[in-house]
Amino acid sequence: MTLPTPHNSPPARVHPGSRVRPVKVLTYLALGTLGALFLMPFLWALSASFKTNAEIYDFPPRLLPNPFHPENYRIAVSVLPFAQFAVNSLVITVACVIGQLLSGSLVAYSFARLRWPGREFWFVVLLGTMMLPPQVTMVSTFVGWTQLRAVTGVEWVDTFKPLILPSFLGGSAMLIFLMRQFFKTLPPELEDAARIDGCGTWLTFWKVMLPLSRPVLATVAVLSFIAHWHDFLGPLIYLSSVDKYTLQIGLRMFQDINGTRMNLLMAASMIVLAPVLVLFFSAQRYLVRGIVLSGIKG
Amino acid sequence: MIPRNDPALWKKKRRTARWWRETREGYLFALPWLAGFFLFTLGPMLVSIAMSFSRWDGITPVSQMQWVGTENYQRLFTDDPRFLKALSNTAWYVMWAVPFGTLNALAMALLLNQEVRGQAVFRTLFYLPSVVSGVSTSMMWLWLFNPSFGPINYALAKLGVPPAYLPGWLTDEHWAMSAFIFMSLWGVGNSMLIYLAGLQGVPVHLYEAADLDGATPWVRLRHVTLPMLTPTLLFNLIMGVIGSFQTFTQAFVMTNGGPNDATLFYVLYLYQKAFQQFQMGYASAMAWVLFFIVMALTLALMGSSKRWVYYEGER
Repeated sequence: MTLPTPHNSPPARVHPGSRVRPVKVLTYLALGTLGALFLMPFLWALSASFKTNAEIYDFPPRLLPNPFHPENYRIAVSVLPFAQFAVNSLVITVACVIGQLLSGSLVAYSFARLRWPGREFWFVVLLGTMMLPPQVTMVSTFVGWTQLRAVTGVEWVDTFKPLILPSFLGGSAMLIFLMRQFFKTLPPELEDAARIDGCGTWLTFWKVMLPLSRPVLATVAVLSFIAHWHDFLGPLIYLSSVDKYTLQIGLRMFQDINGTRMNLLMAASMIVLAPVLVLFFSAQRYLVRGIVLSGIKG
Repeated sequence: MIPRNDPALWKKKRRTARWWRETREGYLFALPWLAGFFLFTLGPMLVSIAMSFSRWDGITPVSQMQWVGTENYQRLFTDDPRFLKALSNTAWYVMWAVPFGTLNALAMALLLNQEVRGQAVFRTLFYLPSVVSGVSTSMMWLWLFNPSFGPINYALAKLGVPPAYLPGWLTDEHWAMSAFIFMSLWGVGNSMLIYLAGLQGVPVHLYEAADLDGATPWVRLRHVTLPMLTPTLLFNLIMGVIGSFQTFTQAFVMTNGGPNDATLFYVLYLYQKAFQQFQMGYASAMAWVLFFIVMALTLALMGSSKRWVYYEGER
């Protein structure tokens, strides 16, 4: 499995170079311009995070801060309990990733390999749910969680449970689909061998299938991590105590308090962004694999 | 005539121990998702249908829920200008963001599919913004769009736009939606990668055949690349429409719907109705209208696909 490379891009034209050159130059020019445009927002925000507030509102704006004010970052994190927010975000996100991997892989295996009546029907339902905007069920799901208190006697809203539990019950349909596609590509002989050795379905899945599926599990883990790390609407609806806020909600709160101090706001934004950036650069190949895997062909 | 003792017939009818075991295991493995589907999708959908015909604040006991028939739906379309505004705002956004995003993503994928040096670097650059969505990037754009001090207007001024004509972006109700559409173009990296994967899937022999026929690059693009890419295009269009209808975080963080409701997106209004004004019934009706709109658009796109999507192997 590799990144998409132009292995079968159109063959280079054989005609001698007089017409090819300008095209090449234009291609690079377009790519360079687009690349700069795509990078600029990050650079300006990064630059603003190191400036004084007065310097930010200097006109014309300068990209390079002079001098650098790294203390913005220290001040930004001291305004709100960002460490607590980070822990909360991490707990929720990691729990969701674990749930997604465990439950999603079971379901995907069932759809990919096990034979049961109704499988085709439920698979179509699974694909259908991918098209359903989650906001359609948002209000009634929330009401369900609030009403659960009357039944169980404990509070469910303003805990992490409504944010985490769905991931343990299948989670994202897209990610289940992704795993199923991968399982389908594995040769069934390995499972047959395990069966002959006396493994049941569970052992075959756990001892043979999962170890072979590390690449797709990594992809699913990264995609799921990013999705839950960025989730805003969920925590916004379910969490009301400040000590349970996630980084995203905390950042929004920071904006309310410090909206006019753009340098601190940018510093805080950079802090929230940093873990995803690190993950992105260290796991980009897993992300790209996800796109290749979903194998969009009709 | 079927022989009475045909073993094939027997096999179908008799449910062997093995059949039972496989069925049990199949459902057992799929159980997490099946349970999740009933608890978090089908159940809430049914509940929200019922709620959409009622009036309830979500706080008082459920017994306080009042049955109001189709009142919520009638009010939406006859007595709520803000709803119509939110609907038309979102439709306008989808109408521009999806086609422009498609063109942008497609153009970038075509550029990257050339044999260029630094391909991996450019791909990373284009892809990154679509991964890091969320509150922090909304904050970044808030600063970029600052009408007096932001880099965007600075660049426009440098390009010769007179100060009086510099857009007020998020502070000007005539420009705010354009700012959101503009911003959405930054996040098309994911669909760009999907197009890129689609481009790699075009068989080389088609290009070779086109070259033998003396096709110009334009003809090659128009008659080989684009037709082969239409299934990918359909997928991206559907996902783009569904995704654009869900726009929330950016609007909530950057404008909270303003100025003068110019960026009141559908889901933002839904959120306000449900979680700020506690009109759970009304919000449920909105959720169902959203469902039908997205459903209708998806089906329309799929239906239209017979006319313009080319599947290799057909015909």
